[in-house]
Amino acid sequence: MTPDDFGGIYQRWLAGIRQTTDTLENWALVGIKRRGAVLARRLLEDLVGGGGARGPGPAYGELDISLYRDDYHLQTGAPAVLGTEISFAVEGKSIVLVDDVLYTGRTVRAALDLVLDFGRPRRIWLAVLVDRGNRELPIEANFTGEFFETGRNDRVQVRLKEMDDDYDGVDLTSFVETGA
Amino acid sequence: MKWDRKHLLGLEDLSREEIIELLDTAEGFREVSTRSVKKVPALRGRVVVNLFFEPSTRTRTSFELAGARLSADVLNFSGSSSSTSKGETLNDTALNIEAMGVDIVVVRHSCSGAAYQLSQVLECSVINAGDGAHEHPTQALLDIFTIRQRKPELEGLKVAIVGDVSHSRVARSNIWGLQKLGAEVYAVGPSTLVPNGLSRLGVKVSHNLDEVLEEIDVFNMLRIQKERQERGLFPTIREYAKLYGLNGERMKRVKEDALVLHPGPINRGVELTPEVADGSRSVILDQVSNGLAVRMAALYLVGACGPQGGQVEPQRAPGEES
Repeated sequence: MTPDDFGGIYQRWLAGIRQTTDTLENWALVGIKRRGAVLARRLLEDLVGGGGARGPGPAYGELDISLYRDDYHLQTGAPAVLGTEISFAVEGKSIVLVDDVLYTGRTVRAALDLVLDFGRPRRIWLAVLVDRGNRELPIEANFTGEFFETGRNDRVQVRLKEMDDDYDGVDLTSFVETGA
Repeated sequence: MKWDRKHLLGLEDLSREEIIELLDTAEGFREVSTRSVKKVPALRGRVVVNLFFEPSTRTRTSFELAGARLSADVLNFSGSSSSTSKGETLNDTALNIEAMGVDIVVVRHSCSGAAYQLSQVLECSVINAGDGAHEHPTQALLDIFTIRQRKPELEGLKVAIVGDVSHSRVARSNIWGLQKLGAEVYAVGPSTLVPNGLSRLGVKVSHNLDEVLEEIDVFNMLRIQKERQERGLFPTIREYAKLYGLNGERMKRVKEDALVLHPGPINRGVELTPEVADGSRSVILDQVSNGLAVRMAALYLVGACGPQGGQVEPQRAPGEES
């Protein structure tokens, strides 16, 4: 994928999100660490900086779902705790939850539980840059940048310059089973 | 850095990186206590037992609340009201409790090495909440965490541990932990409580608080136990307070940004006068709230390496050569 492709996907995604958020007043952008949070920061910049937003603009937060994972007991070592930052009142807010890749749906399940521990939002939307299918829970996104047909053994990685990647892009790696 | 220890027995065993991992994890947990629902599901379905053979209120309560905030089931078992008073051995008591399906045992015992012993006997994880005069790792971690909050650069920081260093597990754990993070540790007190031999641990020994007062960045004032005086290790509490207590006069001479810590419970008027304990340099209540985050981190990291997952690290007994 070329940087132009990435830019195109992102712009389409942004436009879709803007259609909804432009009608919102008491709302928040919340990114799932780490790459979801980077994307949420870009969205914040583009949605508010674009002049489309009315009112005081959205609140902003970041989620660390490591304490809400459902596979803690299967691991050999605890995932790093990065910290959740929600400094606004969740009660009654409309929230756009942002992540880079939607896969099994388990991360989003954890993120929903985490947000609800802060209070009762009015509504939550889900925005993902890439949907790679293979859901294990009944969870779907409201805003998707691009859908990729993938297998369980494939790897999908969103690259972002803020994360010390050399470029913005989406890497798809297919692992062919050799039977070895 | 991936944490792969099943037990937390002391800071002597831990590497610098492991200590930093614990402190950073605790940092992530501080925010949980600010939420409307002060609870995360990380240890849901796990059982934590506080096995305390010595009286303790704050450490036990802190572990109890830490476990609750992680959604674990926490049981308290105190030695004095239990079968140990009927003659059961430590191992048998612990094995019986473990047989109920326990994931983490938090143990406090008056014998040095008790936590290590349980880690050899039990299948589950063991956290040392104080063993004799050996170690009290979570107390030292919360002390270091509190210092790091105010003074992020520990390298070269001068930390004085004042009081009964010789009998103190808090002091021992602090010495290991602080030195691994590059701090310079001073042990200050009368020679009966701060023997010169302590310098073998790499600390600077001083019997005169006023001599070092002006160079110290952090004062960790240990609690003085009245029994020590009865055993003749220092003449009177009053004399101790005069020579080694922090009071308003001494605070005028210390560095402007010096911190005062105390593991509690404070003997007001002995280690600290009330004006110092409640003054602007005192971070004693921060220590208590940080203790909760540190103990959540300890339970969380150790729990993930419990029976279901992690590898068992061979750990050294206290006093064994490395």
